[in-house]
Amino acid sequence: MEPFTTFRSLGIPVDIPNCDTDQIIPARYLRVARTDPDYPRFLFHDLRFDADGIEKPDFIYNQEPYRDGKIIIADVNWGCGSSREQAVYALAANGIRCVIAPSFGDIHYNNCMKQGVLPVRLSRADCDTLRRHMHDAPGAELEIDLERQTVTALNGTTFGFEIGEFDKHRMLKGLDDIGITNGFEADIDAFEHSRPDYSWL
Amino acid sequence: MPAKTLFEKIWDRHVVTTRFGQTLLYIDRHLCHDGSYVAFGRLREAGLKVRRPDQTFATPDHYTPTHTSSLDGLPDPRARELASAIKSNCEEFGVTVFPWGDRRQGIVHVVGPEQGITLPGLTMVCGDSHTSTHGALGCISFGIGASEVAHVLATQTLWQKKPKTMRINIDGKLGFGVTAKDVILAVIRQIGAAGGTGYAIEYAGQVIRDMTMAGRMTVCNMTIEAGSRSGLIAPDETTLDYIEGRPFAPKDEKWDKAVDFWRTLPTDEGAVFDTEIDVDGDAIAPMVTWGNSPQDAVQVTEHLPDPDTETDPDRKAAMRAAYDYMDLKPGSAITDVGVDRVFIGACTNSRIEDLRAAAAVAKGRKAVIPAMVVPGSGLVRAQAEAEGLDKIFTDAGFEWRLAGCSMCVGTNGDLLAPGERSASTSNRNFRGRQGPSSRTHLVSPAMAAAAAVTGRFTDVRKLMEPA
Repeated sequence: MEPFTTFRSLGIPVDIPNCDTDQIIPARYLRVARTDPDYPRFLFHDLRFDADGIEKPDFIYNQEPYRDGKIIIADVNWGCGSSREQAVYALAANGIRCVIAPSFGDIHYNNCMKQGVLPVRLSRADCDTLRRHMHDAPGAELEIDLERQTVTALNGTTFGFEIGEFDKHRMLKGLDDIGITNGFEADIDAFEHSRPDYSWL
Repeated sequence: MPAKTLFEKIWDRHVVTTRFGQTLLYIDRHLCHDGSYVAFGRLREAGLKVRRPDQTFATPDHYTPTHTSSLDGLPDPRARELASAIKSNCEEFGVTVFPWGDRRQGIVHVVGPEQGITLPGLTMVCGDSHTSTHGALGCISFGIGASEVAHVLATQTLWQKKPKTMRINIDGKLGFGVTAKDVILAVIRQIGAAGGTGYAIEYAGQVIRDMTMAGRMTVCNMTIEAGSRSGLIAPDETTLDYIEGRPFAPKDEKWDKAVDFWRTLPTDEGAVFDTEIDVDGDAIAPMVTWGNSPQDAVQVTEHLPDPDTETDPDRKAAMRAAYDYMDLKPGSAITDVGVDRVFIGACTNSRIEDLRAAAAVAKGRKAVIPAMVVPGSGLVRAQAEAEGLDKIFTDAGFEWRLAGCSMCVGTNGDLLAPGERSASTSNRNFRGRQGPSSRTHLVSPAMAAAAAVTGRFTDVRKLMEPA
């Protein structure tokens, strides 16, 4: 996994509350290998393209300069619904490395962490402010600093965010979970041999 | 000893170690399906083995056809490949599989409990968000993504942050014609689609105690639609009666030991939850969703809500967008809305009790729109046929299909046509969920059958004989 330290990019405001993972990637693309050259197109596919595959000009990710953004500022309950990790693959396929939202679907939040896409929880008021800022100043950049746990708008406003210590460490170093857990193999062995309440299993 | 919740009693017994605020949680049973191919591929690439193939079980469901017993009937070659790849993946890694063609094959969340793989006191995971279903038997079960599936396959553990706990007390007595599906839709409407985010939810109260296992599974299934990964219900006599004698359940002395342990699991008196919510069971009526979030639900007797009376501007905009997408008007009666197609099935509502409820409404009537019934497993299908339900459905003009996820998610090709409106017993009414530009309304099996025979949303109580 690519480490995440600092990242700077244009922000894309996505004003959709409860934006579920079916919107992020429709189910019919789940069967497609991640290496497929069309993968970037699957992101927001049905919001982004009409039935003939033509871009819908109203959708923000089809508009200049937002289409070059690599940071999404979302609304409440981003990534709710299906556990499909392909939603994160579709973000990553477009170079998107950070999603800022007031709240995330719990499964999607974890999936993001596994793929080097940083999920940042800010208050609803702060997300509203940032999305408004992005609409008012198209092409405005944001800078994320994971070590300092800050989001900085280039007008100088800085927002602090919380992240679990374990997740932060993994993301900063780009560590793979299985590699970490293999270091605990003796603990897992010991656990499996000491379960008096589960002798029936 | 301090008073503990059901959730805490199970969680605490599965902690391998704790580091940096995360728990390395031991996983007792892991369910896989045909969508798990990503994780098996990752294992193979890394040269890893499945640590505990004896604790891993699989069955294809997302990509399997429901109209033909031959996988060759799947129009998409890749879907065909995935529906059969689970068998070879499991054989390669030594995992128990109920493959295509086996009577035990079906939707993984129907098969787990049916086979006695799902048991009280366990931790269970599966690469599917509706894994919350299994908590109905009194275990901690939650959905995970592909990276986590690979991690569980390789290590039989997961790094997890302990969720907060919520108890939802549903007291009172359900009225005539009101089902578990209506209960959970009423709960989600009350707490919102993100109301449970970050929590594990225990359902309690008289309504839950009175519920069958199938009903409890319906409730826990849709816990994820309230934002929570895990729903659970304390094991009781209903649970024990359901489990006893199932193929993978403990037997003889082990059964006695297990039962003794399971009886210690219910939440202690005085245990503290981070949040408690009360829901009035007496007030619940048959429900229908109207929008693109499961929280957008009304009682069948109600009119659709007016966005202009909504004070939250985001919510107002989301409601307007949903009305536009769903081609509906605020203020109209849901019973004036016509339906194009009916789907009875999905991990929410495809158990034998669900099919009986739908058949009771279909019996002696005729479907006036296309309707399909998709049992949750081959064994549910066989049971329904033994009871003559298939005949009731086919006589009423419903299609009687083979087991699978089918039109809940449509990955096998069972889809609505663009613009079509469904009455569906599934769990998600998201935009495009049942195909591009599809319009999904979530209802109970009985309400779905009522829509099939009337061509619109109908208060099923008017079609039912009081018991």
